[in-house]
Amino acid sequence: MSVVGMGAPSRPSITRSNAGGWRSAKSAIATGLIIASLVIAMIPLVLIVGYVIVRGIDSISWTFLTEDIPILTRSDGPGMGPAVVGTLMITGAATVMAVPLGVLGGIYLNEYSARTVLGRFVRFLAEVMTGVPSIVMGLFIYSIWVLRFGVSGFAGALALGCLMLPVVIRTTEEMLKLVDADLRQSAYALGGRKAGTILRVVLPAAAPGIVSGALLAVARAAGETAPLLFTILTVNETNTNLFHGPNTTLSVQIFRNAQQVFPGPQERAWGAALTLIAIVFVFTLLSRGLSALFARKHRV
Amino acid sequence: MSVVDDRSQAMDDLDVTPANVAPVTEGVEEQPDPAREVVFEIRDASVRYGSNLAVDDVSFDVGAREITAIIGPSGCGKSTFLRCLNRMNDFIPGAKVGGTISYHGEGLYDSKVDAAEVRRRIGMVFQKPNPFPKSIFDNVAYGPRINRFKGNLSDHVEQALTRAALWDEVKDKLKKSAYALSGGQQQRLCIARTLAVEPDVVLMDEPCSALDPIATSRIEDLMVQLKRDFTIVIVTHNMQQAARVSDMTAFFTTDVAEDSSRVGRLVEFDRTHNIFTSPSDQRTEGYITGRFG
Repeated sequence: MSVVGMGAPSRPSITRSNAGGWRSAKSAIATGLIIASLVIAMIPLVLIVGYVIVRGIDSISWTFLTEDIPILTRSDGPGMGPAVVGTLMITGAATVMAVPLGVLGGIYLNEYSARTVLGRFVRFLAEVMTGVPSIVMGLFIYSIWVLRFGVSGFAGALALGCLMLPVVIRTTEEMLKLVDADLRQSAYALGGRKAGTILRVVLPAAAPGIVSGALLAVARAAGETAPLLFTILTVNETNTNLFHGPNTTLSVQIFRNAQQVFPGPQERAWGAALTLIAIVFVFTLLSRGLSALFARKHRV
Repeated sequence: MSVVDDRSQAMDDLDVTPANVAPVTEGVEEQPDPAREVVFEIRDASVRYGSNLAVDDVSFDVGAREITAIIGPSGCGKSTFLRCLNRMNDFIPGAKVGGTISYHGEGLYDSKVDAAEVRRRIGMVFQKPNPFPKSIFDNVAYGPRINRFKGNLSDHVEQALTRAALWDEVKDKLKKSAYALSGGQQQRLCIARTLAVEPDVVLMDEPCSALDPIATSRIEDLMVQLKRDFTIVIVTHNMQQAARVSDMTAFFTTDVAEDSSRVGRLVEFDRTHNIFTSPSDQRTEGYITGRFG
């Protein structure tokens, strides 16, 4: 009652206007900047994908995906079949070699040798390897493999695998580092041993992140041209023998065809570019689906 | 200084009723109970992290099928000490346990001891409920599976969940994620998961500190039931909890040395009733009456 008599004490208002126009202005500016950055970042992405679709969509047909490549690069006509097969085989072989090895390497670094001298050395090497230009990797495989055993899809896969390996190692290690220490502890407190705990608890928890890292590596490898130039050469007919004879991939074909001034090869280069993007996209979707299934099995 | 005054006051009170109190002030070694089966025999145990002494001078016995509570102010090394009992400190780089801790007469830290086997027999429930990101069933089945359980796993899981007083609440959703449960249910799931391994001892590191009073009282009831089959050692901040559930209580405190390093020490170990009604050490009395800590 006395409050009324004495006049209500002046309470600070809780309406926003009182909090100051400057604060809401700052908020609006920051929001605007973030949206603007997003739009700017999206521009090249959308332009690239959109332009490749526009230029390449006309070339794409069943014949284009299956026919041999014209013997004369300058001539018109469809055909990227050998490159589609080569890309799938070579990238696939590189993935089969690099991903398991890289995941094991990441497990070793994080779980078994986090603080040892050897662990630090391996981590350092992986970091250095990430920075090696891809053409150097191609030259490396050329000098240690191709000079002895000749060109083959497998030599290309080796070069791509070398590029993927450090990426897979580092992402695996980082993802394992993020796994909650509580999870490991509770597994150990139930009498779990180290290997079983890593396999049953730590890896499933880190799996989605590891899959993302492996995907990035696969996508990068699928688009690499330089390491393949000396290791697989090129070929116009499908070579299904991964271990013998020259091979070709979409990326190499883009490189070769786009260098030509004639409309035929230009068309093929656009078509090959769209095919490559589509392949990477399908792989991304597939692995996302698989890792979601995996996660559901372990998370329910 | 008021602690000292109250202490002398307490001593006066003791003198009035010496018959009830006489055995209380006697040390651990003279604990008169020859029938008591000893699970852990702890003598001069200490824990170091690198060169830093964290816990020192801990000696007491943990009896079978008793609830032993470890209480004391924050930072006195209760949890650190508890983790020595199932070798969870092995995972902390630089942690070193001194003195002797024997389990049914065998040195826990003997070189021939298999630490994973130790943890299978001596389970642990953590402060924060930490179920695996798996289904309720798979959480409970994890321990039996990794320990190559032979027999009917579903029955075994049901039995563990029943023992943890959770079965009725989850029997229709065993395939659902453990994360869908409430905090209290998750903690009981973690207890069920521990029981499913059929341990001999269950260590509990402040198992109720993240729970509301209703969930807490359910877990306390559960502990009293589990006492029939298991030996329980519980670290708690909650003195009422220690008083309600435990048979024996160990009171730890922090000693600050001249170089301002802090070392946790055991001050007093006795029957819980004695600790709370007539502690023999003034620091214990100060703590339980809320004067410090």
